[in-house]
Amino acid sequence: MLRHRLAAVFAATLLVTAGCGGTTKDSSSSSGNQQASATADPNAKLKEGLKIAYLPKQLNNPYSDVETSGGEEAVKELKGEYKKVGPNDAAASSQVSYINTLIQQQQDVIVVAANDPNAVCPSLNQARAAKIKVVTFDSDASKTCRDAFINQATTEGIGQSLAKMALEQAGGEGEIAVLSATPNATNQNAWIEVMKTELAKPDYAKLKLVKIAYGNDDDQKSFQEAQGLLQSYPNLKVIVAPTTVGIAAAARYISSSSYKGKVQVTGLGLPNQMRQYVKDNTVKKFALWNPADIGYLAAYAGAALASGQITGAEGDKFTAGKLGEYTIGKDGEIVLGPPTEFTAENIDKFNF
Amino acid sequence: MTPTAMKVPPRFNIMKTRELGIVLALAALVLYTTINNPRFLSGQSIRDNLLNTAILAVMATGQAVVVITRNIDLSVGSVLGISAFAVATMMSDHPGLPMIVAILVGLAVGAAAGLLNGVLVRYGKVPALVVTLGTLYMYRGITYSWAGGSQVNADELPPHFLNFANANLLGVPWLVLIALVVVGATSLVMRNYRVGRELYAMGSSPQAAELAGIKVARNLLGAFILSGALAGLAGVLFAARFGTVDASAGNGYELNVVAAVVVGGVAVFGGSGTVWGAGLGALLLTVISSALAVLDINQFWQQAIVGALIILAICADRLVAVRIARSLRKKDSHG
Amino acid sequence: MAKRLASWDSIIILLTLAVLVIASLAVDNFGTSRNFTFMVLDLLPIILVALPMTFIIVTGEIDLSVASTLGLTSSLMGWFWNQGLSIETIIPLCVLIGAIAGVLNGFLITGLGLPSLAVTIGTLALYRGLALVVLGDGAVADFPFSYTGWVTGTIADGAVPNVLILIVVLALIFGVLLHATPIGRSLYAIGANAQAAHFAGIRVARTKFWLYVVSGAVAGLVGVLWTLRYSSARADNGAGLELAVVAAVLLGGVSIFGGKGSLPGVLAGVVLLTALQNALRLEDVSGQALNIVTGALLVLSVLLPNVISSIRGNWQRRKLRQSAA
Repeated sequence: MLRHRLAAVFAATLLVTAGCGGTTKDSSSSSGNQQASATADPNAKLKEGLKIAYLPKQLNNPYSDVETSGGEEAVKELKGEYKKVGPNDAAASSQVSYINTLIQQQQDVIVVAANDPNAVCPSLNQARAAKIKVVTFDSDASKTCRDAFINQATTEGIGQSLAKMALEQAGGEGEIAVLSATPNATNQNAWIEVMKTELAKPDYAKLKLVKIAYGNDDDQKSFQEAQGLLQSYPNLKVIVAPTTVGIAAAARYISSSSYKGKVQVTGLGLPNQMRQYVKDNTVKKFALWNPADIGYLAAYAGAALASGQITGAEGDKFTAGKLGEYTIGKDGEIVLGPPTEFTAENIDKFNF
Repeated sequence: MTPTAMKVPPRFNIMKTRELGIVLALAALVLYTTINNPRFLSGQSIRDNLLNTAILAVMATGQAVVVITRNIDLSVGSVLGISAFAVATMMSDHPGLPMIVAILVGLAVGAAAGLLNGVLVRYGKVPALVVTLGTLYMYRGITYSWAGGSQVNADELPPHFLNFANANLLGVPWLVLIALVVVGATSLVMRNYRVGRELYAMGSSPQAAELAGIKVARNLLGAFILSGALAGLAGVLFAARFGTVDASAGNGYELNVVAAVVVGGVAVFGGSGTVWGAGLGALLLTVISSALAVLDINQFWQQAIVGALIILAICADRLVAVRIARSLRKKDSHG
Repeated sequence: MAKRLASWDSIIILLTLAVLVIASLAVDNFGTSRNFTFMVLDLLPIILVALPMTFIIVTGEIDLSVASTLGLTSSLMGWFWNQGLSIETIIPLCVLIGAIAGVLNGFLITGLGLPSLAVTIGTLALYRGLALVVLGDGAVADFPFSYTGWVTGTIADGAVPNVLILIVVLALIFGVLLHATPIGRSLYAIGANAQAAHFAGIRVARTKFWLYVVSGAVAGLVGVLWTLRYSSARADNGAGLELAVVAAVLLGGVSIFGGKGSLPGVLAGVVLLTALQNALRLEDVSGQALNIVTGALLVLSVLLPNVISSIRGNWQRRKLRQSAA
């Protein structure tokens, strides 16, 4: 009896709250607190002894290791204190505790690659309220909760370069497929969109994009997805993988299968991981920006912010050591430069 | 003590139908997928499926033996990780070492990890679930601390090590051959040898087994060492097959391994099921995941299907057990 | 009483207090009010899920599906929000869905008599799988600030986090239920000997069934809180949390075989793990070391009492022998 009454009360509450409208997606305004912008003093000197902390998506990732190694070099040049912390898994929430710890430790700059653009936001804003400058790299957080974002290259530049490499490798015509990271990876999706726009142009008329597969940036999953692609599309000529995990897994699968020589792999990869497959001819050409430069640029941007040289507003200028002068673009974005293409001829010059 | 107490005879026939069920499910799945996409049965595809099954089947074999004794080993994923990293590091430092050394080192690392599990379970009197949950964290933590963020890439590994994953004997890849030998030999021992029957007896009734004079301590340690060693072997195979090894290798594998064992008809309360059933379970899970990719079904369904399958499998086992109990009771009342 | 003091749960409570005191003195920035808020937020999901988990383990069963239930309700919360439902409807709905997930567990375990370990490993995969089906790899993030801000905020912007009230209220309810009511005593009876409990007139199956429903409902609630705390509904939210919860409960002195343990011990276990993690992070010790500490503590929490009792047993036997001689 009691149970029935409870159920009735519960159902009634549900109905009432549903009926009264309440807070829905449409009625709620966006969250986040924009900070009042101070004025930049372009002549301010870079401070020494700044505590600059790097928080990559996760530890144990060779790509982010290279990125932060560039950061370590720059922090040394700046005579600051370098530190790298991070979770062992790339789950959306695991970075938050680390941000909280960095706030407690009163760092001057947090350089973070966000696992989830929104999950880290409340914490980053707490950090900024505690006078810590926040620079994102690699993967941006919402622009309401960071001061500047280091973009490895323009979205257009990468998308066009991917399409061009696919056309070359396919020999001008045939079926191609994309092996991406996760279906909601911000970077990859933006690049693929540009690639699609390129493919619609007459030069690419004979290329056919048959499928976009997702390997979740997981080595094994990417490996199996590459396998699945070749089973589903026997006439496939090129796999384009705009992720370092995906391209390595696809190349490894092709190099050990009967498809070697018939199917080409290209995309964005790390020279050290790809060297073997370039040498055994599975991969002819792939591209990437220099990840160490991203970490390096982030340290200088952070130091310039913390010293009051820039505020992150569009048009602010600062000098980033050996990389030269940079201008902050729209929404606090700082673009590193064009990607480098790697082939059998030049790959041995790179070690990352 | 009469020897009949150690037999598991009446269940054997019905258990056979249990494995037949997996074979039928497997056949239906392959048939349906092949009709949709004939390339699913191409040589390359079969090879890929078998290669993908090999590592899981090796681990499921050890797990099946442990589960049959009414224990569980949740640390296998972490043991795979520590072994894969140890062997990959060793091979990149000493590229001249032959493959057999890599395999032996992997087995040894795994056996040592398994021995610690077994000792804590038997002599520390700590339940296996607690011990192996604890060592799951510990072994993974050790690997993380050791690796310190580094990873071993394919180009640092000697070619003979990497080729092992693709090389074959009379057309059968070594990896598959190893898995077949492991599953086959363990099944044989569990079925036909004294120690195998003793392990079943221990799982059916731990106290009775002890009273019956079975060397419970020795057998239990043996089961955990086997599970650890096979997870260590799986680590070597993992390193050879995937070429890129970091500290997170095998993270979360314990779930797949336990799933394969349960789907393969080994009861979690011990005493029943077969090792080759667990091997079939591993094959079924692998084929499902590759069939989903080929059938172009949203990959997100995969995990839900695996979950439903586990539940279905234990429901089926329960049904079989109830039927056995009923038929035994009937026999009793007649005899 | 002397026996009570020497038991593992009192050891763990003392150990926890010692860690808190030492960390406050030795670790910079540990004892601040802001760090207190961060710690409460970190232990929120584990402590809430641990409450019904303690009940379930006391009866000798286990529920490994809790983290997946959390993920499923988090996913659904995002999906409902995108469908335009109001947050005031979504929250009770998510708790209800968590309870339904618990109903399935409870039915399979008590209705069909299947082993809870196997069933909840199955539903662990099933619920996480369904979470992925609902939201895929996407995320829903635009939850209203009035709610997300409440979860991360403090009372009157002071030192006491809002969610602490929730923790205290729920912990009190569960604590009183377990330690001061016939229901609690029946749980211990079931865990000690289910058959005897049955003959004593306790409705074993029905009690267990409701425990799973409550566990599911709490997991659903934690799914909501998790989503609001990180303002991000995702299918992978809370992955692996079940292991942390089980570890904390066992560390708190609850026997995996049932029939033994106390809620204060469990609460101390959760606080101990969270405080250690927090202090180590502030000292820049990597999370990897913590894995080893967690694992070792877990094994020791069962191993040490066993060793102590066997040493004590030997000693008593020797004394008996001596007095006999």
